[in-house]
Amino acid sequence: MSLLDLFTVIAVCAGAFFFLAGTVGLLRFPDALTRLHALTKADNLGLGLVVLGLLPHADSVLGGLKLVAIWLLALLASGAVSQLIARAARRTDPRR
Amino acid sequence: MIETFNAGLALLVLALAIWTVVARDTFAAVVGFVAYGMLLTLVWVQLHGVDVALTEGAIGGGLTGAMLIAAAARLRCTEGAARAERPGVATRLAAALVAACVTAALAVAVLALPEPAPTLANETAANMAATGVGNPITGVLLAFRAMDTLLEAIVVLFAMIGVWSLAPDRAWGGRPGPLHRADPDGILAYLARVLPPIGIIVAVYIFWIGADLPGGKFQGASILAAMWLLAVMAGLTDAPPVSRTWLRVALVAGPVVFIAIGAAGVATAGAFLAYPDGLAKPLIKVIEWALLPSLAVTLALILAGAPERPAR
Repeated sequence: MSLLDLFTVIAVCAGAFFFLAGTVGLLRFPDALTRLHALTKADNLGLGLVVLGLLPHADSVLGGLKLVAIWLLALLASGAVSQLIARAARRTDPRR
Repeated sequence: MIETFNAGLALLVLALAIWTVVARDTFAAVVGFVAYGMLLTLVWVQLHGVDVALTEGAIGGGLTGAMLIAAAARLRCTEGAARAERPGVATRLAAALVAACVTAALAVAVLALPEPAPTLANETAANMAATGVGNPITGVLLAFRAMDTLLEAIVVLFAMIGVWSLAPDRAWGGRPGPLHRADPDGILAYLARVLPPIGIIVAVYIFWIGADLPGGKFQGASILAAMWLLAVMAGLTDAPPVSRTWLRVALVAGPVVFIAIGAAGVATAGAFLAYPDGLAKPLIKVIEWALLPSLAVTLALILAGAPERPAR
């Protein structure tokens, strides 16, 4: 196993750990805002680490850039959508 | 390792399908269905049907999911009454019996397939050169089985006419869907400004690459429709009144070009939807280019809903 393979295994495992942590947070945290916090923070970091781990195995520079673009788009989408959900949650429950 | 993954995926799809059917809350069932569509996308990737996976993700999960969420939101006020209603034992037994029979018939049909299953894949591969297209799926869709694709495009148009037919008389010819107002400095307006340029490039790329690699007009068109709807929902633009002539022309242009080329095939190549020798690839390109905008507008208008506001 080369050094690059080792890097991939470590980074993807770390990414999977963050996905797991985000899912545990989604299931265990008490309200919508904290659940969103767990989900977006962990998913973004998790997907970022998975992409980072896969980068050395990309077929070409363009393929690697596509992987990074997927991560950036997921960041944009999850950031925007969680803000919208949080706003909707606040509107239905004004105590927060 | 990969077998474990596939088995887990299959179990998850089955569990989610059952949950979607059993869930009493409409919105929960819709969320289950969208997640089911995404998992099904993974299943198609595992079956090496990347074209189908893209379509499932874009249309089965995304577009249908958005439509069902809108439907669930509309049904919310009648949800309590619908839930209080419970069909009688006889009705439920009859429904269970019919469902079990259909499942059993499907299972028998699948299990009775000869081994190896009948396939036209070899003949398709042998004749791909005649189409000049690199992606066998595109070859099948636009050359060998062009009739299915033509009818598919027309069915989508019919679906949109079905949505339009729900319009109240006073709103006929008006703008579809409710008027969306969002904070012009809010996050939705920001997303609707940042995402469409990227989305349009991705859509055109998926459409362009479809000749040689997985991709195509349906997938590209649904991304274009999604980008347009995002701008409408953020209040940056408004849906056009359905009485506009350019809109009607855009809707029918794709199928009309497809039918015209098909009819020309009767004179030049001896059969409806047959292409003359050597001209297959350019004609397929023309059909694809004509279908992309028509499909994008049709899908967007299906999602936008029935006309419900006067044009002014």
